[in-house]
Amino acid sequence: MNRNCHNWRTPLFLAVVILLTAWPVQAEYADVVLNEHSEAEGMRPVIFSHWFHRIRFKCKVCHGELGFKMRVGSNHVSMENITAGEFCGACHNGEIAWAADQCDLCHSGKPGLKTGIQGGHETLGPGIW
Amino acid sequence: MTIVLLAVSVTAVASNWKKLSNDGLHDPGNPALKLLQNPEESLRVLPPDTTGNMVDWIRALQNGDIEPRSTIKGEVEEEILDLDVLIMGTGAGSVPFIRFPHKAHTEWLACSNCHEHLFKSEVGATEFTMMQILNGEYCGVCHGAVSFPLTECNRCHSVSPDEAARIQKAKVMEEKPGE
Repeated sequence: MNRNCHNWRTPLFLAVVILLTAWPVQAEYADVVLNEHSEAEGMRPVIFSHWFHRIRFKCKVCHGELGFKMRVGSNHVSMENITAGEFCGACHNGEIAWAADQCDLCHSGKPGLKTGIQGGHETLGPGIW
Repeated sequence: MTIVLLAVSVTAVASNWKKLSNDGLHDPGNPALKLLQNPEESLRVLPPDTTGNMVDWIRALQNGDIEPRSTIKGEVEEEILDLDVLIMGTGAGSVPFIRFPHKAHTEWLACSNCHEHLFKSEVGATEFTMMQILNGEYCGVCHGAVSFPLTECNRCHSVSPDEAARIQKAKVMEEKPGE
């Protein structure tokens, strides 16, 4: 009886260890979902990738010059702002980056996602990011 | 059984970055998805790290592997400050004290991103706790969200109590020579 117990315990233990250590990562660290207005207005949620943007701009460009507060959900950006050259629109104007008429490139998230910071390799503490 | 599990494990580790079409966030049904760059394409050539984006962003910038712009409107001057701050009261027993490096921070950020609303410029004037940081306040505004996560204790808590005491003593001697 004892012997049987050991027989299933070892692979189960290994499976748990492997699942915990090698579970494939989900979305990229610091990806941001923005869905305060998107779906309500018939668009996919926006996925903003920090990794893509920080290769091209230092933090202080968006979180300084462009006025983005460092808290997901605290920036109320409308398409009117963007087409007026504010916030995302400072670059997404067809000159530095694609223009705001390329809806699907930003509004690219799965329906039903909630606004927030997503991504793997994340501290699973009591965060409010 | 074990071999199969190990094989699965190795496959999972082989790529640090998921494709956008399979990352749980992007809609695979979006026809424009194929126009977006997958993380692996640009991140795999940057200096590696063991957490976050699996990229050592500080080194990537210092090596010149990436050249992010500092300004769009030409309004922001570079303000690199090479000044480490030993933050007393942040260590005890086996927990080392925090050494805060301004250089790595000011290479990415403007002074006004942290001062004076998050941290007062005067050393010791801002009180904060680890719980507040874990809750996304103070250092936790970035660390745990976009900068390296809070699981990396020793990257911040890096000065042993003995060394911290030596540094403090030296500072007192410097300020009040002869004592």
